[in-house]
Amino acid sequence: MKKFINAVSDVENEMIQGMVKAYPQYLRKLDCGNVLVRAERKENKVALIGGGGSGHEPGHCGYIGEGILDACVPGAVFTSPTPDMIYEGIKSIDTGKGVLMMVMNYTGDVMNFEMAAEMAADEGIQVDQVIINDDVAVKDSTWTTGRRGVAGAVLVNKITGAKAESGASLEEVKAVAEKAIANVRTMGAAISPCTIPAAGRPGFEIGEDEIEIGIGVHGEPGTYRDKMMTADQITDILLERILGDLDFTGREVAVLINSAGATPLMELFIINNHVADVLASKNIKVYKTFCGEYMTSLEMAGFSITLLRLDDELKELLDAKAVTPAFTC
Amino acid sequence: MNTEGLISIIKNIAEKIDMEKDFLGELDSFIGDGDHGINMARGFNEVKKKLPEFSSLEPAELLKSVGMTLVATVGGASGPLYGTAFMKAGAALKGKENFDINDFVSALELAIEGVMKRGRSTQGEKTMLDSMIPSLTALKTSLANGDDSITALREAVAAAEDGVYYTKTIAATKGRASYLGVRSIGYQDPGATSYKMIIESVYETLKQ
Repeated sequence: MKKFINAVSDVENEMIQGMVKAYPQYLRKLDCGNVLVRAERKENKVALIGGGGSGHEPGHCGYIGEGILDACVPGAVFTSPTPDMIYEGIKSIDTGKGVLMMVMNYTGDVMNFEMAAEMAADEGIQVDQVIINDDVAVKDSTWTTGRRGVAGAVLVNKITGAKAESGASLEEVKAVAEKAIANVRTMGAAISPCTIPAAGRPGFEIGEDEIEIGIGVHGEPGTYRDKMMTADQITDILLERILGDLDFTGREVAVLINSAGATPLMELFIINNHVADVLASKNIKVYKTFCGEYMTSLEMAGFSITLLRLDDELKELLDAKAVTPAFTC
Repeated sequence: MNTEGLISIIKNIAEKIDMEKDFLGELDSFIGDGDHGINMARGFNEVKKKLPEFSSLEPAELLKSVGMTLVATVGGASGPLYGTAFMKAGAALKGKENFDINDFVSALELAIEGVMKRGRSTQGEKTMLDSMIPSLTALKTSLANGDDSITALREAVAAAEDGVYYTKTIAATKGRASYLGVRSIGYQDPGATSYKMIIESVYETLKQ
C-alpha cells in the first residue's frame, strides 16, 4: 500500500482535522468526537444531518454550510458512524424546528441513524429521516436490502438543504427530500480498485482489460464484469439502465458525472460529451450539469452518471444559494 | 447468578471473540466487507477494559452498559444489533440482583425481539437470528423437559451450531450479503457464527 498517510489508525482523525483547518469559515468540529457542524449556526430552521463512512470526500462533510448540511458525522473509512456521535450532531444543530437525517441506504447506516434518532427523541428533539437509494445497479426488491445510496445523494442533499434554508417546516423539507429521491437515478462503473488503509490491500482485483459495471461506492461487486470498452460504449450501457428505470422523456434533468477518485476531469468531460448527445436524441433537456469529484471511493478509477428529473420547484431549489467547501452556487 | 458471575461470562465472551477475530473476518470477506472480526473484537475489547468500572452495577445496568459500549465502538451493522441485544437483555433483568436460568431465557427472548426489530429481519434471512432463534427454542424445550440449566445451555449451543450450518444452505436477503443474492449460498453467516461463539462462552463459563 502506497499512500500519503501517517499511522493507519490516525487516517480519519487527521483527515477531519485537516479539513476543519482548511475550511474554518464553514466547519467546526465538536469536542466529543468526529462530528462536524456548520461554523455559523443559523437559528429557526430545520437542521439537516448527513453522514456515512469516510473515504468519499468531499462527501459528505464537504457539503456542510449555508444551503446544504448543518452537520455531518463521518465514520471510519467505509464504515457507518455510531449512534452516540450522530446523536451529538443532532443535539448540536437542533434549533427547535426539528432535524432531518439524510441517510444512505446501507444496513449499518440505517440502524445507527435510527438508534441516534431514538436517543434524540427521548430528549424531546423532533427527528425524522429519509433514505437515499439512487443506485439502479442493485435490484430493489423485498429480497434484498434495496438499492444503495450513491452519488445522487449530493443532489438530494443540495435540494433538501435549500428547502430547509428557506425556513420550511420539517414536514415540507422531508417532502422535498422524498421528491428528489423519487426522481434521482445513478449507475457507475470502475476499472481499478481502491485500498482501505486499515485493510492494506485492494478491495477487489480486476484485470487490465476488464471493467466492473454497476459498482458500488465501496468497491462492492457490480452487476457484471465485461471486457474494457470505449467511453461511449460504457456510457450507453449505464444510460440505458438509468433511462430504463425511470421515464425521463420530454423532461428536464440535472446531470452529475462523478469521479470515483482517480478518474480525471478529462475523461468525465469525454463521458459527458456523449451523455449530452444521447439525452438530446431522446428528447431529454439538460438543465444543469456537474462534472467532478463529488462522492469518491478513495483512489478507485471509475465514474457514475446521475440523472435527476426536475420540475419547477426542484429547479429553483437546485439553483438556490449554497456556500460550502465542495459546492457553491 | 449475580453481577460477578455475569462479568466472568462477558470477559470470556470478549476473549473468545478476540481469539476468533481473524476467522470471523475471513467468513465476512466471502460475503460481506470483511470487517466483522475486527469490529467485534474492537468492541468487546473495549467492553473488557471497562468491566472493572461496571462491577458495582446491577446485572440489568451492567448489560445495558455493555450494549452501549458495543454500539459506540463496533460500528457497521453489528454494533447496533449486538448493542441492542445486550441492552434488551438487560431490560429483562431489571431490578434483580440475582437471576436464574428462567431470567436468562427472558433476556434472550427480549434480545432476539430487539434484533428482529432493529434489523427488520426474521429467521431464514442468513443472519445472526438463524443461530439465535434455534438456540432459544432448544433452551426452552430442554428446560421444559426438566433438564438442568447446564444441559439446557449445551442444547442451546448445539442448536446454534446447527443454525450456523443452516445459513450455508440459504441465500442472504438482509445486509450486505444480500447484494450477492444466490451467490451467497455455500458460505456461513459471520453474524450467526459470532452469536454461536457468545452462547458457547456462556455455557463454558457456567459449566466450570
